[in-house]
Amino acid sequence: MHSPHTSRSWRRAPARSAFAMAAVSALAMGCGNLRADAPSPDIQTVKASTHHLYRASVRPDVTPIPVRRLQRWTLHLETIDGRSVDTATVTMDGGMPQHGHGLPTSPRVTRALGNGDHLVEGVKFNMGGWWVVRFAIASSAGTDTVTFNLGL
Amino acid sequence: MTRSLVTRMMVGAGLAGIGAATIGNVRQSTGAWTPAELATLRSLSLRSLEPLGADASNRYAGNVQAAALGRDLFFDTRLSGNGKVSCATCHVATRDFQDGKPLADGVGRTARRTMPIAGTAHSPWLFWDGRTDSQWAQALGPLESAVEHGGTRAQYAHIVAEQYRAQYETVFGRLPDLTTVPRHAGPVADSTARVAWDRMPAEAQEQISRVYANIGKAIAAYERRIEPGVSRFDRYVDVELAGAPHTPESALTRDEESGLRLFIGRARCVTCHNGARLTDDHFHNTGVPLPAVTLPADSGRAVGGRQVVSGEFNCTSRYSDAKPEDCEELRFAVTSGPELIRAYKTPSLRNVSNRAPYMHAGQIASLDGVIGHYAAAPAAPFGRSELVPVRLSPNERHQLIAFLGTLSGPIAVPPGYDKAGVPRP
Repeated sequence: MHSPHTSRSWRRAPARSAFAMAAVSALAMGCGNLRADAPSPDIQTVKASTHHLYRASVRPDVTPIPVRRLQRWTLHLETIDGRSVDTATVTMDGGMPQHGHGLPTSPRVTRALGNGDHLVEGVKFNMGGWWVVRFAIASSAGTDTVTFNLGL
Repeated sequence: MTRSLVTRMMVGAGLAGIGAATIGNVRQSTGAWTPAELATLRSLSLRSLEPLGADASNRYAGNVQAAALGRDLFFDTRLSGNGKVSCATCHVATRDFQDGKPLADGVGRTARRTMPIAGTAHSPWLFWDGRTDSQWAQALGPLESAVEHGGTRAQYAHIVAEQYRAQYETVFGRLPDLTTVPRHAGPVADSTARVAWDRMPAEAQEQISRVYANIGKAIAAYERRIEPGVSRFDRYVDVELAGAPHTPESALTRDEESGLRLFIGRARCVTCHNGARLTDDHFHNTGVPLPAVTLPADSGRAVGGRQVVSGEFNCTSRYSDAKPEDCEELRFAVTSGPELIRAYKTPSLRNVSNRAPYMHAGQIASLDGVIGHYAAAPAAPFGRSELVPVRLSPNERHQLIAFLGTLSGPIAVPPGYDKAGVPRP
């Protein structure tokens, strides 16, 4: 987590992703407004994982998500057919693709709360703009990733 | 960022500076800020400064008697190897608790610029590289640095016993018996003092280190009362939010207002200089040039991040009053990765106009030079700079400097101190 490879992958993202390029345009048109840094599409908090093995949702303990303050999130995991996933190895990373840097902290999933909920501690965002967070999930249902976009 | 994007952004910024009309001598708010911009302005003003919570690692942080002891220790030059250096030598109370020098001078010359103190109790990381995680742990670093105070923890324990016994024992309880403790001993660079320290029984070392930690906690109890005071910018925001006419005390000039618009807009200063202290409390490689003088290699947070997690006086240490679960910043700190190489803490911009020279080793002499650096975004001497170039005209640079001047204000004066934060006799 937060390895050199992770950081580089976030830097490459804008060049590869049409979605990211749209977000860059939104930034250019909306300078002066931090919220305009947020990408317009795909800011759902309930997402299917990349290979459709899981459905995941995130619930911050404070909303709107604050800047510069540590927070805890609840990650809910279920299989794509709706069975709660309580036993899984989950790691989290992320960053700001437009800025080419990762998260300011190393958040971790610290315990399972039951009913598919998992506690994520150490989440922090140190500036406004477009953030991407990604969970890598491994369980008996398979290995997959799910990515969320945030506009702070 | 491409040139075409920059050009489009400049066109968008062409409206800057038309946000207020002058009626008589008083500028009238014209509601020129959008609701989102007003929210940003509010986030930067002191009205958004988060209340100072308890410091779980320092149970004495709110103790008035500890603060009084800390204040006395802060100004006491006996807490040094040569009897001439106190905390206030570099953290000059009448100069926003800094010294105006590129590199601080203690008993020797350091490799870093002195940082101001106001508002640092809100910060999770102290020093340019964040190598400590509390004000009290920060205060202890210079005391045993060979080039700052140049003393030892055994020496300081003796001084406390001789000069501050009653004050200390009222707050922290009985001092240990120092009869067999050498006058100069500590885990420091000086080999004689280090050998003396190594010969001490572990129990005696622990007792002395606890006195030493308490010295830091007392100084922190004093320092946490040093808060940023209201600036003209804060008054401006209050009036803008109220939609009321400006007074001479709240008005910004057209240049200052245009600079503010650049600051939160195209120049994107607000990306890192956010919140009421105008810092994101994080670390960035911004390609700052190497110092003009030769200094030891300095990798910034890449080293500071490792130091803080193993720090003798960190939040999870035996000298901390916190439970491990209270130490979230430390538990979840990023301690490795290329982004940390030559990354330094974003400094607060409050009183920045009064605080040349700039950067972690005072490399840049003026604010104009700083803005020129950020506009040009040169490659980092090593590591990778996060900056992208921004085209700013000479007038826009002038406007940004003008705005930064509105962030000046007195420090918030704690009871019992004069307006410069110096304790009254």
